[in-house]
Amino acid sequence: MSETTKPSENLNIVIVGHVDHGKSTLLGRLYADTGSLPDGKLEKVQAICKQQGKEFEYAFLFDAFLEEQEQGITIDTARTFFMWKSRQYIIIDAPGHKEFLKNMISGAARAEAALLLIDALEGVKEQSKKHGYLLSLLGVRQFAVVVNKMDLVGYRQDVFDGIEKEYREFLGQFKAAPSQFIPVSAKLGDNIANRSGQMSWYKGPTVLETLGAFNKEAARSEQPLRLPVQDVYKFDARRIITGRITAGCLKVGDHLVFSPSNKRANIRTVEAFNIEPQPTEGQAGQSIGVTLDEQIFVERGEVASHQAHLPLVSTAFRANLFWLGKRPLERGRKYLLRVATKEVDCEVASIQRIIDTMDLAQQQGSNTINKNQVAELTLRTKVPIAFDLSASFEATGRFVLVDEYDIAGGGIITELVHDDQEFLREEARRRDFAWVKGEVTVEDRAQQYGHWAAVVLITGGRHTGKSFLARTLEGRLVADGRHAYLLDGENLRRGLDADLSEEERGQTTEMARRYGEVARLLTDTGLIVVSTTNPFGLAYREASQAIRTLVHPAPVIAVHMSKSEEEPPPNTDVVLAGPTHFDAATTRIIDELKRRGVLAQAIGAKPIFQYSI
Amino acid sequence: MKHLRQLEDQSVYILREAYKHFDNLAMLWSMGKDSTVLLWLARKAFFGHVPFPLLHVDTSYKIPAMIDYRDRLAHEWRLNLVVGQNEEALAAGMNHTMGRVVCCTALKTNGLKQLLESKGYTGVILGVRADEEGTRAKERYFSPRDKHGDWDFRDQPPELWDQYKTTFPPGTHIRIHPLLDWTEINIWEYIKLENIPFIDLYLDKGDGTRYRSLGCAPCTSPIKSTAKNVDDIIEELRHTTVAERSGRAQDEGRGMELLRKDGYM
Repeated sequence: MSETTKPSENLNIVIVGHVDHGKSTLLGRLYADTGSLPDGKLEKVQAICKQQGKEFEYAFLFDAFLEEQEQGITIDTARTFFMWKSRQYIIIDAPGHKEFLKNMISGAARAEAALLLIDALEGVKEQSKKHGYLLSLLGVRQFAVVVNKMDLVGYRQDVFDGIEKEYREFLGQFKAAPSQFIPVSAKLGDNIANRSGQMSWYKGPTVLETLGAFNKEAARSEQPLRLPVQDVYKFDARRIITGRITAGCLKVGDHLVFSPSNKRANIRTVEAFNIEPQPTEGQAGQSIGVTLDEQIFVERGEVASHQAHLPLVSTAFRANLFWLGKRPLERGRKYLLRVATKEVDCEVASIQRIIDTMDLAQQQGSNTINKNQVAELTLRTKVPIAFDLSASFEATGRFVLVDEYDIAGGGIITELVHDDQEFLREEARRRDFAWVKGEVTVEDRAQQYGHWAAVVLITGGRHTGKSFLARTLEGRLVADGRHAYLLDGENLRRGLDADLSEEERGQTTEMARRYGEVARLLTDTGLIVVSTTNPFGLAYREASQAIRTLVHPAPVIAVHMSKSEEEPPPNTDVVLAGPTHFDAATTRIIDELKRRGVLAQAIGAKPIFQYSI
Repeated sequence: MKHLRQLEDQSVYILREAYKHFDNLAMLWSMGKDSTVLLWLARKAFFGHVPFPLLHVDTSYKIPAMIDYRDRLAHEWRLNLVVGQNEEALAAGMNHTMGRVVCCTALKTNGLKQLLESKGYTGVILGVRADEEGTRAKERYFSPRDKHGDWDFRDQPPELWDQYKTTFPPGTHIRIHPLLDWTEINIWEYIKLENIPFIDLYLDKGDGTRYRSLGCAPCTSPIKSTAKNVDDIIEELRHTTVAERSGRAQDEGRGMELLRKDGYM
């Protein structure tokens, strides 16, 4: 009875629910009743069961590990395949035991639709609720609830109705709505592939019919464009920007804006291998490559979009998160955040509340989130990143956190948190979009000079030797054949800032803005700007943040000097505490410039500069 | 065809993630249909280039036609081919009569481990598919192996959306599986769609048999089939209920579970 017509599409389905509610049995039955099992598979497993003296269960067909069969539970998610009515289903059997929640989540995160099982005899249990809540958090919006083991409750409609009512009320609290509740007995095959003769009161679809009614994910091509940059290749004459379009579509000639760097260029070609004729457009879901009409320097992690619909940019956002880490998530600790292709250091700024998935009760005032808990929190990143709210964009609106070596949690972004750089960042964006360019690009200058533009910013208290170090560094860079310039605050005060009153000159915000804009002009000329925060006195922390925002995306190498040990400002690259040996300090800064890729590693008569990434 | 492009997009994304994150990356190529499709997908992902070496763990028992095919494609596609062999075991006379799992462990698992160790690869791309057999159905796209190459299937790291495990402690490595979601039919449909050159052992050349899965000559048997081209194979697979690896002797009993825990591909 297997229907093996040509497939027109694939659909990923996950089966979730509380342990022992019959997920693997349902799967086994579905395969057996649709004739989808290989020859002899059923007989082979039946023989093994007989030999081991235990009753045959359909679950044994897919619980491949010896340990899984011995304990009668699924440990890890299995992918299985079957074809039905010109659709190929990849069915992901997720474990229901709470110890294996991370495996359930791994399975569900891949799914486009879900079947959630509830045991008619046991009713709604802890993991039934947790899984229901997590499906919603993971973005699986299509699902049906399968009430299993109806044979154990005498196929009674009132039991089924009771479970439906209780569970619908629970799901309604977070606005999840299943397409269907289906009464079944997986063991006996009622309402799986064949309609049950025992439950004439049920008129709805069988499990198999329900699968057929799930839709392929709605086309995200209708949305505004999001193309997170995955990598930049230069294998041959072409410089190809690659990535997977997560929303919207693009075509040759489109004007792209890369966020957060605000760089812009037009698409010259869409590149492909073994496709004739060469494509001229791309849409959501495709892994593509494009070349641009200008050789702008863009990096992995930036998000390309059209100018009319830009992603958000900030250093903070609010999110709903589930934690799977071996050790608890702690407020104040550093984690690696991954949003689409961007990877950035972050810390948990605050934990608003922990949500109990049993009754959705909220607990406030916690500083840690334990394994398998769900929480609302605020994350703060080291540098600004581009993202979206998950309500509008799926792929750029969700993230994972990496603790040490493992992905330890994931979540969805619910709200942008404004940071103190918001106004300057907006100024920079507007200024960059309107920037009038000559024929010579930043990249042309970099190639000519043998280094990228950058700002070396020396921070610290009074009389720590900042000015002397800046002058020494400028001298050394120029002697080495670099194009460097010492930007001294005093020169701005007498000229550009001459219109300001004494009081206005004491205001860090406006002074830093002017200073930052001048540094921005100088970096556009391709120079390495060497500077100190002397004009800002003790307000150097605030000033250096503003300068960073305004010169972005030119790298800022922050050097902090102090007479004794003290906490340097955030994102400091080189810390010089105590008596300073200026030659050694200069060498350390130059090493840092090399490490950051600003300077080429070797210097010669004609600098060899690794321009391609 | 649309479903093949979806699979292709996913595999290409995975290959590009692997290339971005692993400095010392390699791809296993057995010349079979799966790893040849994988190789083709790498050429898709990197626009005609294959920017990492291709490893072949040579047991010395492969069917000779496979070696000819390997060398021809390596030349035509300008591949960086690295061949490894467990010479010590072969010198000691290892063969399948000493036990299939014993032989597979020595010549394939240990041959692979030796090769990985000698070159220090930290990322290895393999063409395993979830529908081949039970333990492969439980794999992650990015699957960590400890310093002995062993797979701790009981405690696999979470894999969420398009975020994969790309960081790992020194001394361990990651196996990368871009073909996990492909079925046997998808492989042949894609070979047809892209016109990928494949080895003709998969076709019936008149004696009414063909190979459905390729391994070492002594442990792989042909199946009864009259499929003479890719269309015939696809048509045959749509109607078969015989398991793909039924001709592979090492799958008997719990062979594959034991082999794969210890680092078999």
